[in-house]
Amino acid sequence: MDFLANHLLSLILFTPTAAALVMLILPKEKTALLRFFAFSASLIPLALTLVVWAGFDPQPSAGMPFQFVEKAEWYSAIQASYHLGVDGISLPMVLLTTLLTPLAILASYSIEERVKSYMILFLLLETGMLGVFLALDLLLFFVFWEVGLVPMYFLIAQWGSKNRNYAALKFVLYTMGGSLGLLLAIQLMGVAVGSFDLLELYQRWPALNELSVPIGLPVSTVKAIAFWAFVVAFAIKVPVWPFHTWLPDAHTEAPTAGSMILAGVLLKLGAFGFLRLVLPLFPSESQQYAGALAFLGVAAIIFGALGAWAQNDFKRLVAYSSINHMGFVVLGIAAAAALLNTTSPVGLLDKNIALNGAVLQMFNHGLSAAGMFFLVGVLYERAHTRDLNDFGGLYAVLPVYGSVLIFTAMASLGLPGLNGFVSEFLVVRGAWPVMTLATALAMIGLFFTGAYILKALKMVLHGPLNPRWQGRLSDMSRREMIVIAPLMILMLVLGVWPAWLLDVINRAVAFLF
Amino acid sequence: MSVELTIVLIPLLPLLAFFTIVLLAHRNHALSHWLALIGAGLAWLLSMLVFGRAIQTEELSRHPFAAAIEWLPTGSTALQIGVHIDPLSAVTLFFVAWTVLMIFIYSIGYHNYGQPKGEHDRPGLPPHGAEIQDAQGHAHRVPSIEPMYARFFALISLFAFAMYLLVVTDNLLTLYMGWEIMGLCSYLLIGFWYGKESARNAMIKAFLTTRVGDVFMLLGLAALYSLTGTLNYQAILNNPAVLNGLAGAASPLAGISWAGLIGILLIIGTIGKSAQFPLHIWLPDAMEGPTPVSAMIHAATMVSAGVYLVIRFFPLLSVGWDGHSLTLPMLVMGTIGAFTALFAATIAVAQNDIKRVLAYSTISQLGYMIAALGVGAYVAAAFHLVTHAFFKALLFLGSGSVIHGMEHGVLSTGEKIDPQNMLYMGGLRKKMPLTFWTFLAGGLALSGFPLITAGFWSKDEILSGAYASGQMLIFWTLAVAALLTAFYTMRQITLTFLGQPRSLSAEHAHESRPVMTIPLVILALFAVTAGWVGIPEYFPLVGGALPNWFEEFVGSMLLTHSEKSHHSLLPLTVSLVVALGGLLLGWLTYRRALKPEDPLEKPLGGVYSLLRNKYYVDEFYQLVFIRPARWLAETVTDRWLDRAIIDGALHSIAGFGVWLGKSLRRWIDLPVINGAGDLTAVGTRNLGAFLRSLQSGRVQVYATVGLGLAAVVAILIYFLWVIG
Repeated sequence: MDFLANHLLSLILFTPTAAALVMLILPKEKTALLRFFAFSASLIPLALTLVVWAGFDPQPSAGMPFQFVEKAEWYSAIQASYHLGVDGISLPMVLLTTLLTPLAILASYSIEERVKSYMILFLLLETGMLGVFLALDLLLFFVFWEVGLVPMYFLIAQWGSKNRNYAALKFVLYTMGGSLGLLLAIQLMGVAVGSFDLLELYQRWPALNELSVPIGLPVSTVKAIAFWAFVVAFAIKVPVWPFHTWLPDAHTEAPTAGSMILAGVLLKLGAFGFLRLVLPLFPSESQQYAGALAFLGVAAIIFGALGAWAQNDFKRLVAYSSINHMGFVVLGIAAAAALLNTTSPVGLLDKNIALNGAVLQMFNHGLSAAGMFFLVGVLYERAHTRDLNDFGGLYAVLPVYGSVLIFTAMASLGLPGLNGFVSEFLVVRGAWPVMTLATALAMIGLFFTGAYILKALKMVLHGPLNPRWQGRLSDMSRREMIVIAPLMILMLVLGVWPAWLLDVINRAVAFLF
Repeated sequence: MSVELTIVLIPLLPLLAFFTIVLLAHRNHALSHWLALIGAGLAWLLSMLVFGRAIQTEELSRHPFAAAIEWLPTGSTALQIGVHIDPLSAVTLFFVAWTVLMIFIYSIGYHNYGQPKGEHDRPGLPPHGAEIQDAQGHAHRVPSIEPMYARFFALISLFAFAMYLLVVTDNLLTLYMGWEIMGLCSYLLIGFWYGKESARNAMIKAFLTTRVGDVFMLLGLAALYSLTGTLNYQAILNNPAVLNGLAGAASPLAGISWAGLIGILLIIGTIGKSAQFPLHIWLPDAMEGPTPVSAMIHAATMVSAGVYLVIRFFPLLSVGWDGHSLTLPMLVMGTIGAFTALFAATIAVAQNDIKRVLAYSTISQLGYMIAALGVGAYVAAAFHLVTHAFFKALLFLGSGSVIHGMEHGVLSTGEKIDPQNMLYMGGLRKKMPLTFWTFLAGGLALSGFPLITAGFWSKDEILSGAYASGQMLIFWTLAVAALLTAFYTMRQITLTFLGQPRSLSAEHAHESRPVMTIPLVILALFAVTAGWVGIPEYFPLVGGALPNWFEEFVGSMLLTHSEKSHHSLLPLTVSLVVALGGLLLGWLTYRRALKPEDPLEKPLGGVYSLLRNKYYVDEFYQLVFIRPARWLAETVTDRWLDRAIIDGALHSIAGFGVWLGKSLRRWIDLPVINGAGDLTAVGTRNLGAFLRSLQSGRVQVYATVGLGLAAVVAILIYFLWVIG
């Protein structure tokens, strides 16, 4: 028992991998068994995450922000170790991942071809994502960062729709292009400090004013280059405007569950990179370039919304909405970056609120984006089209689906009473005193958020019924309701009583920044 | 039960009704309306209890009923939310509870509860009527029950929840939550019959137009919260230090204080929600929804919420006002309110749809309230908000009853006319007496018929307030608007109820069921009596006979209670003249209308069609805002930025990579590397062929080679050792 209690994070991290290995020996024609096995296996990390949550102390103890820490030797020659831990920022992300994976697997029950490889890839993907959130070692972080790419590439390229090869290639090349700089910067930092351990880097890298390796450049320049290498890698993943064009393609072509995970979790990796690495490791650079980051965040908010409004493909519209919503995360991070060294109580509060909003928005967007992609998939499986012009008046034939869609779309729109509003309000409130103009401009995006959500609802649900669907569509099945119900409950609970999650985030953010 | 707990329960009961209907009763008609009625009825009961406690409490404005909990953790503190009842929220609660309950009861009849199902009825479209056989075997067409009956009661319960939430809350953030949830409900209910193209456009128009105001308001919230660290009413509005601090601090906009900027941001929210110019365009289209929804939006909830916000924040909007020169937010409110009052009244004159006339009258009356705040007539604005809610709810429900009667006529005659067009009505006072008398009470209250109607007292207060403030332009604008109001109201009453029927359907119309007419009677009582609680002392003859309770109760909200000193009889005379004059003109113009056409259409000519088409504002917005916005999204963002520039750049980088790879192959791989490899191979072969030619097997050749080699070696040895 002690072993289990001491290695909870490793268990969460590697249960999916172990399950994937077991699946290798399962017969590939028994699709029902394969699905059930994958689904059950993915529930274990969720249960363990809840155990961690129950044992997690929201108030970080002085000197050690992380809990459930595990450390083991790994590449001792280069001082890289297997070092895991959670804090109030990563724990919500772990919960989001372990929650969305079973739901995505359940949503994949409609996949009929090569079920075995599909499910194995999905489980491997979960390990890759969790590793990024749990890693406390820079090299380990990078390894998991790259590990997650591979299964997603195959999921898009093998089970995607028409234009899947282009989309998969664009996704993987773009992300890897960003990772190149990240890898170089990580190596430079590891060599300069003599360790890849994050806790050590937090202490020593920002204060470093001499490089142990002479490369003929002043330290400040080297740091600025490393900073931008990190920023570009994470900005592509978020994605920050103008690095966003891989997203509509990848999300649109991926299978439904793939889009759920892409939007729900993978985008969070980028934002998480900003919070876990960029702000703590590059405080002065972050502060220096906060204005530029805010500008890009606002550009994402506005152009993401306008781009979404312009689409006639339902799934592409939802894909663009992610750019719009993740822009608020970036805006919150930028506002906090501008205030990183503040000591005034007012500034500290603004920073705290902005970061609360950014982290909560990551979680909230995970719920609503996964829900929206799932609902697009539900409709696509029945109608075999995603063109908004082909629908119309479906509310009359799909009353349950219509109500669920309106609910989820409203959460995405940021309707007060549902989750999205709380985080967007916090970001706007936190960013307003620091980034007044940017925040004011972001309102343009917020307005068009309404426009594209209502456009989708209008074209799908309302208006005269397109006669070709009369009697040809069935309402949501019980399995589909089980997928969407936990998301809807969480959206409502977080909108009405966000304190249970926000308290965890708030204390961690107040401690770290 | 403590009064605070009672207050908390008021919004929760309709919310509970909403969830119960959605989850358990969405197929059961009777259960769904009973759940909704129980929710609204209990909320009404508790509201009356709270109201009763409130009016008996001394100094309620200084010591309101309040309770709060921590909601959002922010740093080491937390943002609190809670409930709060002071005189302003108490009177708001009073009219909301009454109008909401009446609308709920009325809806049962409006949606034809107890009638058969229509054979062609589908969800998303208004019921078409059903065919029944009577005892003699004759077929009749009768109204059929609404196919989405339960959904209506669920949504309208949610609507009531949002309004109650907005009224009982103690801070701007939860007010905003109620505000936005109401936006959603109005969206869903305006588009209740979503199968109609017009309804689906109207629902989006309502949501997006109000959202323009909402995003500005959100900035106001963020600014207020950042500067004061709180959003609580008491902490901001009852705190002179905070108010003066905001008035003294310069905002980023040149020459405007933070108080002024936040005030304007909040006012823009109200302009959207309360349908003031230039964001008024959604409200007339909102009548696409069922009529009880129009009553909800126009009286009990939505638009009242916008006015409630600016009344609530009047201490902030007026900070620095000395009774003479208006503050910037007040100037904005005075200008926009007065302009809207007149502007909407002129449009109402040329509308023929019975509900559309009322819609423009709502815009106009809301303009009155906003203008009243602009000239500092705080109590008058609140007073008019209350009286207007009663008589406008009455008028909308009355118009619904008229339409119902007309639809009955259309069903039984099979005539192809629009049952909402007043030109096809006429003479309905005999067919629908209860509807007529109650509608008359509401119409006279709207026109400000002297002494006996509530609308007179509140409108008179506003006019005298405008006069007292010295803002003569606003005063005369409002006076002309009042004249027009009386005119178009009398036009409506005359065309609908007086004279002779102008269509077969009007001849066959009949009175609605008691479940619809009883709410009308109750609301009519309020439309008459609600004004008597606010009769000013200085009023000739009747002044002082009843205490001016409203002024005392609501007026105590203000920190500085301004002493009113307007004893001039001019505003009173004006308000008498415009009300009676407008009514008389309306009656004279329309009493002889025998054919279904407007006698003013020809004489007014171009002006009439300008008014008829609402000054072409919708068309103007389409051209100036909506089409450019679409171009910005579809062409600039999607086609140019994303596809051409960004993806174009990516594709060229990818293309460059491919080109580089190919070039490397062509210019390096093929000639150099492959070439070197090939050269080795060819060279070896050639050498082999050459060597083979040496091994011919002939001794002479071997001897020659041997000699040659020996000679070379000898020469080498000579040079290396002898010379070197």
